Amino acid sequence: MNLHLSSRDIDSRTLDIVSEMKSLEGPLLPILHEIQAEFGYVPQEALPIIARELNLSRAEVHGVVTFYHDYRDHPAGRHVLKLCRAEACQSMGGDQLAERVKALLGIDFHQTTLDGAVTLEPVYCLGLCSTAPAAMLDGEVHGRLDADAVRDLVAEVRA
Amino acid sequence: MTVKIFVPRDAAALALGADRVAKALAREVEMRGLDVTLVRNGSRGLHWLEPMIEVETAQGRIAYGPVKASDIASLLDAGLATGGNHALCLGKTEELPFLKNQTRLTFARCGIVDPLSLADYRAHDGLKGLERAVILSPADIVTHVTDSGLRGRGGAGFPTGIKWKTVLDTPGDRKYIVCNADEGDSGTFADRMIMEGDPFLLIEGMAISGIATGATKGFVYIRSEYPHAIATMTQAVEIAHKAGVLGSSVLGSGKAFDIEIRTGAGAYVCGEETALLNSLEGKRGIVRAKPPLPAHKGLFGCPTVINNVISLASVPIIMDKGPVYYKDFGMGRSRGTIPIQIAGNVKYGGLYEAAFGLTLGQIVDEIAGGTATGRPVKAVQVGGPLGAYFPRALFDTPFDYEAFAAKDGLIGHAGITVFDDTADMLKQARFAMEFCAIESCGKCTPCRIGSTRGVETADKIAQGIEPEKNLALLADLCNTMKFGSLCALGGFTPYPVTSAMNHFPDDFRPVPLVEAAE
Repeated sequence: MNLHLSSRDIDSRTLDIVSEMKSLEGPLLPILHEIQAEFGYVPQEALPIIARELNLSRAEVHGVVTFYHDYRDHPAGRHVLKLCRAEACQSMGGDQLAERVKALLGIDFHQTTLDGAVTLEPVYCLGLCSTAPAAMLDGEVHGRLDADAVRDLVAEVRA
Repeated sequence: MTVKIFVPRDAAALALGADRVAKALAREVEMRGLDVTLVRNGSRGLHWLEPMIEVETAQGRIAYGPVKASDIASLLDAGLATGGNHALCLGKTEELPFLKNQTRLTFARCGIVDPLSLADYRAHDGLKGLERAVILSPADIVTHVTDSGLRGRGGAGFPTGIKWKTVLDTPGDRKYIVCNADEGDSGTFADRMIMEGDPFLLIEGMAISGIATGATKGFVYIRSEYPHAIATMTQAVEIAHKAGVLGSSVLGSGKAFDIEIRTGAGAYVCGEETALLNSLEGKRGIVRAKPPLPAHKGLFGCPTVINNVISLASVPIIMDKGPVYYKDFGMGRSRGTIPIQIAGNVKYGGLYEAAFGLTLGQIVDEIAGGTATGRPVKAVQVGGPLGAYFPRALFDTPFDYEAFAAKDGLIGHAGITVFDDTADMLKQARFAMEFCAIESCGKCTPCRIGSTRGVETADKIAQGIEPEKNLALLADLCNTMKFGSLCALGGFTPYPVTSAMNHFPDDFRPVPLVEAAE
């Protein structure tokens, strides 16, 4: 992920992605996923290009981008830690664990540590409900977390 | 002779270190010069034993678990390759009581085969249902499904055959099969396990559905929280396409059917079928008013079958063994088997497929072995975040759509989440409202506004502010949401809230004044 993109880079990469994918049926979500995979977020500059190429209004594209929890309007930290907040994890002490992680990182949910190391996000179910509490770090799953395990996870992202 | 050793690739096993185990095994095997084939299978569903590895022997498969990477050397020393004895040895996999007592129809292959080996799939009775379907008329396939009594496993329990018949009977140049794999309910993971452990089963079920209704294109909409399922399904579709299971001539029948995998974007409401269709079309995941039904006007306005993963995955065995075979399992109007997902604070968590009719008490006390913490069970939430909390007093309720409805609950996607006596049911009720507020699509007022007001009212009760008045207000609000919401998100959020209020009134009593005065 390159954090120092010029708007010209964004424009040309966005156009490439849209051109490649616009023949899909219902292409908008796949395009947005690809753009986020490319830039780490969905840049504002990309929206008018998508709108023009898909013959949508900018408002429609904006509406879709902001509707879904997954799309970011700015880059995340170098790591993204998603903690499950749903019932099965709650039943195994997920809430206390979340408080612990927040204290260890010194941030709340939806925030990024000042050093840019990690973004903490809530997630509502990873389908790991029989191995709760669960988390996902940069796409890797972790189950049956306890105080020691989250300390290790935090140390890993801080390293 | 090459020995096959199985290390699961299911996300639940990965979350407990299965990849590290597989790596350690591969390294040790190479160092020792052993002739071993490592198979990354799905999970058998005994999640408290994960990572559970198995070795194929002349006597059958022998299981070991839970295995850590550091156990591998000692396991090999003990003769893992020949099923040797070790402290972690569990004996023959098939003889483990948790597995032996199940009726595995949909999950018959899950955890046994290599998920991405079509040859393995065929060797374990795969594609027999599709082979039969391609020689039958569409109407005959639909009759098979209708006669089996299969009802939608996503939660609503609508008869699958009737849905298919509606699409078959609706004229259209283009029809779609949409698989709802947006398994967002906490406490559920059956869809994920099938997609990761037996993806060809879902592909086969979708192809049968396409041939039965005249649809030529299928979409699997998988939630983004399931990257492993997305990867496995994507590879499986490619393999099926190359092998002619999908494509312009399914199994050489001359009938076309293809599948595309799509990824959700973190919106729970997209598990609602019409919101999912909007999302597939590239719109916001806003719920549509019904009618028109998706069967008449679904994806891009075309007739569309939209079914849950498990509904579609149940079809191949119905086609293979016949509707009567399937229908003979179950009770009342709930026919066949249901994969029960045992989750939360339990000793033996995992997947347990059984015919309908087990009581909740049997599941929680006997199969799940009570709580992991060893404390008494207080409440069991059945059916995900929109399901009711059941107290011990209702443990005689049999697992059946109607029986649960009669107790003001629902089976939903058959996930059960167990809580011990430390659970605060007012907090759980508040969470149900909070979750609804976070995930509401915003189209209808009872859900959008009601959920936020619900959180505020629950907070007032917790703070002891006019508790009687606010309890009455919360009950009234639930009533409004239940009957005034457009879809199940707002309409069913009252289930966990009112069940918590009704069955656990002590948790809703005002805080004692002494505490408040401190």
